[in-house]
Amino acid sequence: MPEFTLSVNGRARTVNVPGDMPLLWVLRDTLGLTGTKFGCGSALCGACTVHLGGEATRSCVTPVARVGTRPITTIEGLSPDGSHPVQRAWIAEEVPQCGYCQVGQVMTAAALLARHPHPADADIDAAMTNICRCGTYQRIRRAVHRAAEV
Amino acid sequence: MAHATQTRREFLQTSATIGASLVIGFHLPAAGRRSAASFKPNAWLEIQPDGAVTIWTGRSEMGQGVRTAMPMIVAEELEADWQTVRVVQADANPAYGDQMTVGSRSVQSGWEPLRRAGAAAREMLIAAAALTWDLPGAECRAEKGVVRHAASGRTLGYGTLTGRAATLPVPANPPLKSPAEYRLLGTRVPRVDTAAKVTGRAQFGLDVRVPGMVFAAVARSPVFGGRVTSFDGAAARAVPGVSGVEQISRGVAVVAENTWAAFQGKRALRVQWDEGANARWSSDGIREAFVSAAARPGDPVRATGDVDAALRGADRTVEAVYDAPYLAHACMEPMNCTAQVTGGKAEIWAPTQNPQGIQREAARILGFAPDAVTVHVTYTGGGFGRRGGPMDYPTEAIELAQKLGKPVQVVWTRADDIQNGVFRPATYNVLRGGLDPNGRPVAWSHTLVGPNGPSFMITRGADELIYSVPNFRLTRVTEDPGIPVAPWRGVGPSQNGWIVESFVDELAHAAGKDPYVFRRELVAAQPRLLAVLDRAAERAGWRSPAATGRHRGIALWQFGDTYVAEVAEIEMQPDGLPRVHRVVCAIDCGTVINPDTVEAQCQSNIVYGLTAALYGEIAIDRGRVVQSNFNDYPMLRLAQMPEVEVIIVKSDAAPGGIGEAALPAIAPAVCNALFTATGKRIRRLPIAHAG
Repeated sequence: MPEFTLSVNGRARTVNVPGDMPLLWVLRDTLGLTGTKFGCGSALCGACTVHLGGEATRSCVTPVARVGTRPITTIEGLSPDGSHPVQRAWIAEEVPQCGYCQVGQVMTAAALLARHPHPADADIDAAMTNICRCGTYQRIRRAVHRAAEV
Repeated sequence: MAHATQTRREFLQTSATIGASLVIGFHLPAAGRRSAASFKPNAWLEIQPDGAVTIWTGRSEMGQGVRTAMPMIVAEELEADWQTVRVVQADANPAYGDQMTVGSRSVQSGWEPLRRAGAAAREMLIAAAALTWDLPGAECRAEKGVVRHAASGRTLGYGTLTGRAATLPVPANPPLKSPAEYRLLGTRVPRVDTAAKVTGRAQFGLDVRVPGMVFAAVARSPVFGGRVTSFDGAAARAVPGVSGVEQISRGVAVVAENTWAAFQGKRALRVQWDEGANARWSSDGIREAFVSAAARPGDPVRATGDVDAALRGADRTVEAVYDAPYLAHACMEPMNCTAQVTGGKAEIWAPTQNPQGIQREAARILGFAPDAVTVHVTYTGGGFGRRGGPMDYPTEAIELAQKLGKPVQVVWTRADDIQNGVFRPATYNVLRGGLDPNGRPVAWSHTLVGPNGPSFMITRGADELIYSVPNFRLTRVTEDPGIPVAPWRGVGPSQNGWIVESFVDELAHAAGKDPYVFRRELVAAQPRLLAVLDRAAERAGWRSPAATGRHRGIALWQFGDTYVAEVAEIEMQPDGLPRVHRVVCAIDCGTVINPDTVEAQCQSNIVYGLTAALYGEIAIDRGRVVQSNFNDYPMLRLAQMPEVEVIIVKSDAAPGGIGEAALPAIAPAVCNALFTATGKRIRRLPIAHAG
């Protein structure tokens, strides 16, 4: 079994897994970081979004062998105490319902704001393509704008 | 603390003094109130000597907000300091009564018992303080976790009163607060689980981790009702990480050290299936069978007056046929269950709407007594009815855990979820309506063809109109193509709301009347319906023209004791699909526990219903589901989200449900707008078919 050394939330983690194993499952099942969610396995829903080298990345279709040295940030590493501006905005706007997709939404929004500190609605439309079956989209939009203001 | 070294027996003996907890049962007021151990209540609260309040909730949190709303009701009457309340999810336990979290009824059915539980505790705490002070209880009152004697200004915290209160009789009929006295109810209390859900700490079913556990993926018959004939697991076993291949009642399971290996192993599995009788069904054939069945006499569901005579004598008649498709629930968290069977006991972790159902199922499969089965309810990544009745995914985990002798998590892929699931029933509907010379409806005939299923899933919402139509008939014809069906958010009204409110719109247009005015005349004697209808129309600007290119549609619905009117404003796009820009939703759901949650549930229902109306269809090909993931079973996304404006119409009536009430009206509101825009009536969903 090949060995990979990953940079996960600022820590070096060595795993022995097949190179085609998606990063999602390495995080969840090998490293026990269950904050990142499995939704579709085909990069269609965004529940599995993490930051790879700062970019929002759908980890369910990202083979671990392709990660290389790029730093990985998961929800567990976004902020030490849930105080990232996006997390605070999500709380202020009472965004989550069932909550399952929200980790992916938060990670996608955080990457968007890192790139576009003051996104227009069109930027939000283009970036926030994650699926939410509970229909929290209206609050997500508001929360992204709120996070941009802090 | 002195009692920290007490034995349990000593602790119980001294429970009337310091160090005791006051535990109150909801429905068993006289039962063992000395300690939790001697007590089997329906659901309960506990106050610690340090004043901390714990409230257990017996229903499942799946996004609808019950983990916040139900404890709010208890805390309101308890006069607890909400900041000190800790909410705990109860395991499956018949002592909690019915834990099925379905039908938008958690708050409705909990409203009385939860308030009584809180109020009984409050009265006992007041009585305990009065005894301590040797004062009449009437001179004392409770407020924010403290009993206060107004005249002297003395106070006693709840924590100091638990021992004495526990010795007092539980009042059978404690006084309940009047709405004017509410501090929590009706306010925007932040949900208790939001921080956990934005930090990844909330534990969903898939996040359960048990020492020594393995993961499993199951190959199930591609055709509903098919059986395994034979299988070859050699290639699956060769996948790195796969530890075994096991046949179970629902298929063949591949067991592995991680989920990915289990998925890979399942892909490598070779299974021969006896596809059974359902392989002959495809969508076109199902519809043909429904069309033929519509000519059969069927079963009368409800009939008033003489519909045939009224139709013959009508000034104008309208006829239409409506097709509702099969739909999948597509919860964001795929089906999963974790189980462990050891030493005559079972422990199960599941995202479920029905923990007691799992407990009973496990007891049956394992031959255990139900109390040897512990079922933990995790956070549930969407329910929508999918996790209520069917025991498919728990059964797989229970059987495997027994075979393997170690904890196992069964994980469904998204394709499993879409293809091996249970579905909202498809139905075929023939409607005839008659109008009198004044354009009022005098006859309504509806023949509804659909599969086997309880009436709440098939005919509810079509069996009684909110409008006064003197001659009414609903006939049900059953034609079952073997596709497993299940409740889907909104149940019968999720499809019948679209059919009924679209056909009402057809009648309005046939009568030459404005669809809002037409409805208004018919509900003139029903103030709650009238109020939501008027408020929605007013906010939407119904009486003034829409902006160029925009068109409006309206629909009205009563779901249990909740009343909803919606106005959708759309614009037709070049691809023939409507872009829904705005939805105004006026709702009267009786007493509001948390207005933010009411608004959230209206937004949620509108998205869920709109997604289905625009895109939703499960097609069948040779007994198999054609769709497999979000590419071919698409979902509304943020860019398509309309601006939803929710108007809560105030009411002091008992709470109605909010988990489904705003769903039935959205599809007809959009389709009615589309008719205004194009002159084309959508009589077959999804709308995407018409584009």
